[in-house]
Amino acid sequence: MILDGKCPTGPIEKSWDSHRFHLKLVNPANKRKFTVIVVGTGLAGASAAASLAELGYQVLNFCSSDSPRRAHSIAAQGGINAAKNYPNDGDSVYRLFYDTVKGGDFRAREANVYRLAQVSQSIIDTCVAQGVPFAREYGGMLDNRSFGGAQVSRTFYARGQTGQQLLLGAYSALMRQVKKGNVKLFTRREMLDLVLVEGRARGIIVRDLVNGKIEKFSADAVCLATGGYGNVFYLSTNAMNCNVTASWRAHKKGAFFANPCYTQIHPTCIPVSGDHQSKLTLMSESLRNDGRVWVPRQKDDKRAANEIPESERNYYLEETYPSFGNLVPRDIASRAAKKWCDDGFGVGPGKLGVYLDFKDAIGRLGEDSVKAKYGNLFQMYDKITGENPYKTPMRIFPAVHYTMGGLWVDYNLQSSIPGLFVLGEANFSDHGANRLGASALMQGLADGYFVIPYTLGGYLASGGINPVSTESPEFKDAEKSVVELTEKMLSIQGKRTVDDFHKTLGHLMWDHVGMARNKAGLEKVIKEIPALREEFWQNVKISGGKAEFNQTLEKAGRVADFLEFGELMAHDALDREESCGGHFREEHQTEDGEAERDDEKFCHVSAWEFQGVGNKHAFHKEPLTFDNVKLVTRSYK
Amino acid sequence: MSDQAMNLTLKVWRQPDSKSSGEFVTYPAKNISPDMSFLEMIDMVNEGLLQDGKDPIAFDHDCREGICGMCSMVINGIPHGKDKGTTTCQLHMRRFHDGEIIVVEPWRASAFPVLKDLVVDRSSFDRIIEAGGYISVNTGNAQDANALPIAKTKADEAFDAAACIGCGACVAACKNASAMLFVAAKVSQLSLLPQGKPEAGMRAVNMVEQMDREGFGNCTNLRECEAACPKEISTRHIARLNREYLKGALLS
Repeated sequence: MILDGKCPTGPIEKSWDSHRFHLKLVNPANKRKFTVIVVGTGLAGASAAASLAELGYQVLNFCSSDSPRRAHSIAAQGGINAAKNYPNDGDSVYRLFYDTVKGGDFRAREANVYRLAQVSQSIIDTCVAQGVPFAREYGGMLDNRSFGGAQVSRTFYARGQTGQQLLLGAYSALMRQVKKGNVKLFTRREMLDLVLVEGRARGIIVRDLVNGKIEKFSADAVCLATGGYGNVFYLSTNAMNCNVTASWRAHKKGAFFANPCYTQIHPTCIPVSGDHQSKLTLMSESLRNDGRVWVPRQKDDKRAANEIPESERNYYLEETYPSFGNLVPRDIASRAAKKWCDDGFGVGPGKLGVYLDFKDAIGRLGEDSVKAKYGNLFQMYDKITGENPYKTPMRIFPAVHYTMGGLWVDYNLQSSIPGLFVLGEANFSDHGANRLGASALMQGLADGYFVIPYTLGGYLASGGINPVSTESPEFKDAEKSVVELTEKMLSIQGKRTVDDFHKTLGHLMWDHVGMARNKAGLEKVIKEIPALREEFWQNVKISGGKAEFNQTLEKAGRVADFLEFGELMAHDALDREESCGGHFREEHQTEDGEAERDDEKFCHVSAWEFQGVGNKHAFHKEPLTFDNVKLVTRSYK
Repeated sequence: MSDQAMNLTLKVWRQPDSKSSGEFVTYPAKNISPDMSFLEMIDMVNEGLLQDGKDPIAFDHDCREGICGMCSMVINGIPHGKDKGTTTCQLHMRRFHDGEIIVVEPWRASAFPVLKDLVVDRSSFDRIIEAGGYISVNTGNAQDANALPIAKTKADEAFDAAACIGCGACVAACKNASAMLFVAAKVSQLSLLPQGKPEAGMRAVNMVEQMDREGFGNCTNLRECEAACPKEISTRHIARLNREYLKGALLS
């Protein structure tokens, strides 16, 4: 089937305005008659819940943490892009659009990206009005810095905690609506199924994580803002509780999954220290503004970094990519680090690391000034490694960070299930095959503050949504299947722990569906995951019962879904016989090792339809057209 | 690494649910690498408990990089352990020595009831924010972000307060279980910024009243909260909260 993204036609500068004009409106007095479920309270979820409630809709908002403020958006460090052109360096909506399409290696929808660039300016205005304390200059104006893949400074930031400050802004807007009675908040709830009635998304089944009670909620529409699937790799920069469960269960009910193989491996993370490691820590990309990446020119150099003279240091990014230098996009920086480590130039234990050096910046700006910009990151590094980055260079290595793939949505952010909308990292829409730094925060808030308030209204005003009851057979069936799944898992009483399965899956994924992929590796994974999954369902060991606070049971459900999802990811990576952005197929590279796209065969979105566990997914194609940005080979040289 | 591995003894608070009483249970933690984080050490103990068919220790955690505010353990009597400016997840085992006995407890405050073992219910913090911890502005109302210049020093000071992660260590450290530092951080952030001034007094009064309703105690002026705060938020913000509260109470 050829999918229609429902993108507006005509000049791209006008497309969002004219689309908005043509969307039907819900009368203000009628808005309160509609109930909307929003799952997730990160940037996308909290901003959507708050702005929908401001409009007058009744919102039910769910999160798995104890408070909406803990969603993983909070951990984003570096910043948020916006085409404000405050530094007067030539930025514009068009340039942000262009950079994002190019950075995504020409695998995103032009219309979506243009809209994102357009609303980026309003996001900054809104956040400032909410009291987000962005960094400022002495004159009182907002400060900007640069991020990878751009030659202008358009990144707004709040020290190294931009995600935290933006999320707390959205959280405060959300809590204001809770106070007004427009949002009902349900914390420590995990969505375990989506309920369809008459082919439309009409509710969800959740588990109360405190007492294990299974609850049913109905609504006129459902918005998922449940984040990405990076934890399929076990080790990633994602929080421990990030998972694919809400998306996957919606997928099993009919929502197509798009481009699951597009995963972002972030170049600047703290290297793994041992088998005990539970997660990886990111060092913000903003550090590449002032830090210089290098490896020794000599293989297996045993000297300490400070003993290696300047002439024996290989600043490989600056040498290979002179125009972007240390600020090349993430996929390129990560692959370069991998290449130099594979070739034996890596540093630190296990030789899996490269240096990120601030010696020059400290010399140029002074230690105090570097501390003011990056103090919390340097402190974080010191705590984890026990090394002082003011004195010796940081050691960094790429790690799984963000997932560009996600549930397929059209221009209205509606999935292939009517009434199911998907926002933020959980959808696939704006970043193509590679996301540029500081664009995730932008997209999450764009979806929540400035897209869904209009497009959801268009859906609700179109009619055909009949009253439903949570006592209807559809809800009862979904509830029953959730209970049965839980009971089945608990009854296994095998020998291997949930974490043990997760680690095994993670290793498989990292080795073969990680930074570089090839046919043989992918075929191996596609054979081994079903076997691992089968073992899970015969040999997993979960303690405790279903009607209690049971963290092992929570994790088991998530790992069970990763064991199905990982297989689809590998299939998608195998199917996409090209390299683009975060998807690098070793068979498809240029002579100097750069990604080689195949626009003839793969200039499309791959959207997969579930056909039962273990069965091959049905393939749907959404062709991508580039009317504004010319399809070219990316070059950052 | 194995030559540096440590063997430790944990005394951990176990409590099945909010209605039952709890007790300390002793567990050995063997072969602990100094590179592990404190939570990774607990992970390892839990894997052992699971293998033995026992109930693992329940604890809140998520980002494991010191920003989400989810982790909440009192370690040897100090919330988040003895390192300054550190959350439990950032505390590393290299800060302990072989043979050490470590006592691990949940936050203790009547406004933070224990849900299980080391997990407490902090929804009282959400309700305090709900009472007024925001600037009343709707999406779409905003003027251009640079139309309102804010002195860098003010913006920086507002940021210092805004760095609060809402973990509750301040409450756990206080013998009165006061939430003054938490409330002060939000009130101070928003009252320092021109956008937050119009409702500054009312905000302070509403948040303090909600704090009292939740059962948090009075400020001791002993500044244990500041010492325990993983983001090192200063008690100077409490002084600002008091001023805003007075203004709000007098003018209302």
